[in-house]
This record gives sequence, C-alpha cells and structure tokens, in this order.
Amino acid sequence: MFENLKNKIKVAYRKHQTNKVQFKRSVTRSAGGDVGIYIMLAIVAFVMVLPMVYAIVQSLKPLDEIFVFPPRFFVINPTFDNFRDLFRTMADSWVPFSRYVFNTVLISVAGTAGNVLLSSYAAYAISKIRFPGRKGLFKIVTYALMFNSTVTGISNFIIMSALGWVDTYLAVIVPAFCTPFGLYLMKQFMETNVQDAVLESARLEGASENKILWKIAMPMVKPAWATLILFAFKDLWNTGANLYIYSEQLKTMNYAISQLVTAGIARSGVSAAATVIMMLVPITVFIISQNNVIQTMSSAGMKD
Amino acid sequence: MAKEKAIIRSDMTRFQWTIMEMKKHKVAYVMVAPYFILFTLFTVVPVLLSLVLSFTSFDLLNWPKFIFLDNYIRLFLDDDVFITAIKNTLKFAVVTGPGSYLLSMLFAWFINELRPKVRSIMTLLFYAPSISGNVYLIWTLFFSSDEYGIVNAWGMKLGLLSEPVLWFQDKKYIFVLCCCVALWTSLGTSFLTFIAGFQCVDFSLYEAGAVDGVKNRWQELYYITMPYMRPQMMLGAILAITGAFGFGGVITNLVGFPSPDYCAHTIMHHLDDYGGQRFEMGYASAIATLLFLMMIGCNLLINRILRKIGT
Repeated sequence: MFENLKNKIKVAYRKHQTNKVQFKRSVTRSAGGDVGIYIMLAIVAFVMVLPMVYAIVQSLKPLDEIFVFPPRFFVINPTFDNFRDLFRTMADSWVPFSRYVFNTVLISVAGTAGNVLLSSYAAYAISKIRFPGRKGLFKIVTYALMFNSTVTGISNFIIMSALGWVDTYLAVIVPAFCTPFGLYLMKQFMETNVQDAVLESARLEGASENKILWKIAMPMVKPAWATLILFAFKDLWNTGANLYIYSEQLKTMNYAISQLVTAGIARSGVSAAATVIMMLVPITVFIISQNNVIQTMSSAGMKD
Repeated sequence: MAKEKAIIRSDMTRFQWTIMEMKKHKVAYVMVAPYFILFTLFTVVPVLLSLVLSFTSFDLLNWPKFIFLDNYIRLFLDDDVFITAIKNTLKFAVVTGPGSYLLSMLFAWFINELRPKVRSIMTLLFYAPSISGNVYLIWTLFFSSDEYGIVNAWGMKLGLLSEPVLWFQDKKYIFVLCCCVALWTSLGTSFLTFIAGFQCVDFSLYEAGAVDGVKNRWQELYYITMPYMRPQMMLGAILAITGAFGFGGVITNLVGFPSPDYCAHTIMHHLDDYGGQRFEMGYASAIATLLFLMMIGCNLLINRILRKIGT
C-alpha cells in the first residue's frame, strides 16, 4: 500500500516535470528526531531479542559451560547435546515426550482448522447476507472481546463435566472453534474486501450461498485465513496446564517444559533446548504470514 | 435497499416483514449456527451461569443452595486476601495496560518510519516474545536466585550485590520484575493492529497537513494520524485492557503460587484457588462475576474516552 502510493505520487510528480521532488516528509521530519528514533529502536530491539538469544545460546551450551562461574553469556563450544538429551530423557519418562508433542500438534491443528472454518461461515453470513439479527449477533461477539477466558473458566468446568468432556481432547479443542476474535477479524475483513456486486451477480446466476462462499468469497480473503491461522495456532500451541485435563498422557508440550524449567540448573540446558523448539514454530508461522497479517489487521479496527 | 424496505413495509407490519426476511435468508441462519451454538455454550452460558451460581453455595457434589448475597458479603467483609488480590490486580493492570498500549503505539509509530524490509524485521523482533509461549521463563535464568544467575553473578563480581538476591521471592522486586516480563511479552496483537493502522493512513493527508502548517512529527501524529486510525486504537485498547486484567499465569510461572505474603496474588489467582483447588464453586463464581464486571466496565469507559479523540 505504502509502496503503491509512493509510486503513484512519483508518477504524478514526473507528469508535472518536477521529478526532482523527493517524496519524503522533510517538513515534519527533523534529522535529530530521526536519529533519536533509530537509536531508541536499536536499544529496545536489543532488549527484546536478548532473552530469546540467550535461550538459544543456553540450549547450545555443553554441561561444563553451564556450570562456569561467573556465568558467560555466549557459548564457546556449541553442541546439540541438550537437544539429544531432551529427547533421550523425555523418552525414558513415564509419558514419552513424543506424546506431549503429538498432543500439542493435534490440539493446534484441529482447533485452528475448526476455528477458521466456523468463523468463515459465520462471518460470511453476518457480513454479506442481510438477515434480521446479524447486527445483534455481531454486537455480542464484540462484547465477548472485552473479557477473557479466565472469567468463564469455572463455569466452563461445570459445562465440560455435564458434557462428559473433562479429561478429553474435546475440552481443549472444541472451545477453540468459537473464539470471538476469529469471527471479529474475519467479518471485518470480508466486509471491506469482498465486493457485494460480485456476490450479487453470482446469486442472480443461481449459485448457492455455500458455493459463493467457497468459490468467490474465500479466495478473496486469503490474508484473513492466514491471520486467523496464526492467532488460533499460536494460542493453542502455547496451551499449558489446563483445568479440564488431568491425565498426564493428554498434557501438552508447553506443560511438560514448564515442569522441566522448574527442575533447576542441571537441567537448564535441556529446558532451554525445549523452549527453543517451542518458540521456533509460532515464529516461523508468523514469518510466513506476516504480510497477510498486517493487511488483515488494517481492516480490523472498531468502527463504532 | 432502504427504499425497497419502505415499499414492502407499506402493506405489512414490521413483524411480518421480519418473518418474511428471516424465511428468505434461512440459509444464513444455518451458516451462523455452528459458530453461535458453540459460542453460546462456551461463552454466553458460562457468563450467565457464573452470575447465577454467585448467589449460591455449590461444591459440585450437592445441588446448589441459594444464599443470595452471602458470597459477595464474605468477599468484601471477610476475605482479606481478596482485598489484597483486588489491589494487586489493579496495580498490575494500571502499569501493564496503559504501559503495553503506549509501548505498542510508540514503537509501531517508530517502526513505520523505516523502509519496508527493515520494518518487517523489526516487527518480527518486537512481536516474537508475545507469541513464543513460555520463553519468558528464560528470565528466571537471568534472575536466578543462586550465583549462577547472570544478574546475581555479575552484580556480585562488580560489587553491586554482597550476596545472591532471591529476585523472584523477594517482595521488593516481584512487582517490578513481573511488570517488566509482562511488558516484554505485551507487544502482541494490538501492536500488529497499530502497525497496520499506520500503514493505512492516506499519504495525501500528510501533504495537505504540511501545507496547512503541521510542523513536526508529533503534531502530525496527533492531528492527522491518530484521528485517522481511531478504529485501530479502539481495538488496541480493548485488547490491552483485557490482557492487563487477565494476566496472572505469568506470575504463577515466575513466582509460584501462592506468592510470598500474597504480594503478587491477583483476582485470577484467587479464582483459581477457590474454583480449581477448593471447589467452592459458588464463591469462585462470585469472584469471576466481579472480574467480568471490572473488565467490561473498564473497557466501556475507555471506549467512551477514545471516541472523543479528534472530535
């Protein structure tokens, strides 16, 4: 968007034979301010990254370097021993680590898929079909953005017991299908990015709403899918200890790792290795989807 | 569309017209049904249920007994820990809510000045801590309580500390450290919303502003950018407030539960304590209802204030 405008404006300038005019907001931008901003950004970026770099460095340290005093920040002889030990010790434990991995992957993938699917259907109907009650439904969802799931945790436990879902995957996966933020984002994006005229002509040709959603609307909102996938996935991937899950073999990777971290310094290399594996996945998803996410969020504002 | 409505309505009542429209758009109800059935079951019903249960005494085994306002009376008059929890929650919320909002806004603005490639990288660096799950536990290594913690080791070596400090167990440091960690992970969804908001501002507005005498970037931000991205700012506020009241998991993981002298005991911990451990569901529901009212109330208030920007 930014690039486009820049180009357009450049072209416009050239037409007026003033192509020397550079498009920079030089009137409102002092050089001193620019430098100040760069320095500040550099410092804060350093603080943001430091702990993450430290996690990676720590995961590569051999045992003798972990016990060096005073502790060194950087690693001298990097090794992958910690990663090997992680899988070895965890394989010997009562519940093998692979089971935690499986649980986390299952919850994340199933929950994300359901979230995108149900949100898309509901968002399409609310934003593109003029049925009575659509505004009220959306309003309720907007209110639901204003509190988080800690509030509903206790009552949800009662509902889960009534459904017989306590201590099953369903208790974690199914509630993830209906996050308010998923519907909210998808609806806002569809409203601004799917043209009614196109849908109307498809309706005149007799296409069903379901077909219009999949053949016309969905291809137009790919950035919103990418965004929903990122948000739903990172939340589910980071699911930790859960009120509704007791059995060790249903618990998640995040839970297993928090147990490891509290186990003390001897394991700090191993737990850093586990943390690195955990964090690389959502970060990768974000890197892939970044441009789409920014595009989606630009339509995500609260329009009264 | 409005015209069409008027014509139809002249020969039928509003009710008849609504029914007709509902029949015409039957398929829409089928499409929203799966989402809203689950949404009702896991969001709407729980809120109502906790409101109802908050007037009862309920232990999950026996049928709830109606005791009217006793739970609330007990909370405010007979539970010192709860009063501490309210204070702590507000303390954390006042620091991390506006803190994360302002940080997100400020850095999104700064990052927006960069070239697109650099901008993407910086966005990633700032956003990464908030999506990396429990990577914040690495802070416990920095501030580890023995001399192998980096801060303790170097503090002692440089003569700033005489003995290892139990950072996450010492009442003096817990609040500050938890706020720092929370702020570190707080450049999340609202930050991305702001990044996007800054990119959408119509460039010709800036030119027009410069012609009209906008002199520096702060004026530009206040008079042009902020009114233009008010929708993003409102969403960002909602996310920041909800996050600020709901943050308690971070404390549990860093400090442990219960925290020393309840110095970092928040409403969320109290809720967990009574709901998840003691199974006093009626009492826990009263806590949940109060937390719910606090979040909604604060959101509506801030929402009102933000609506006034640029008007």
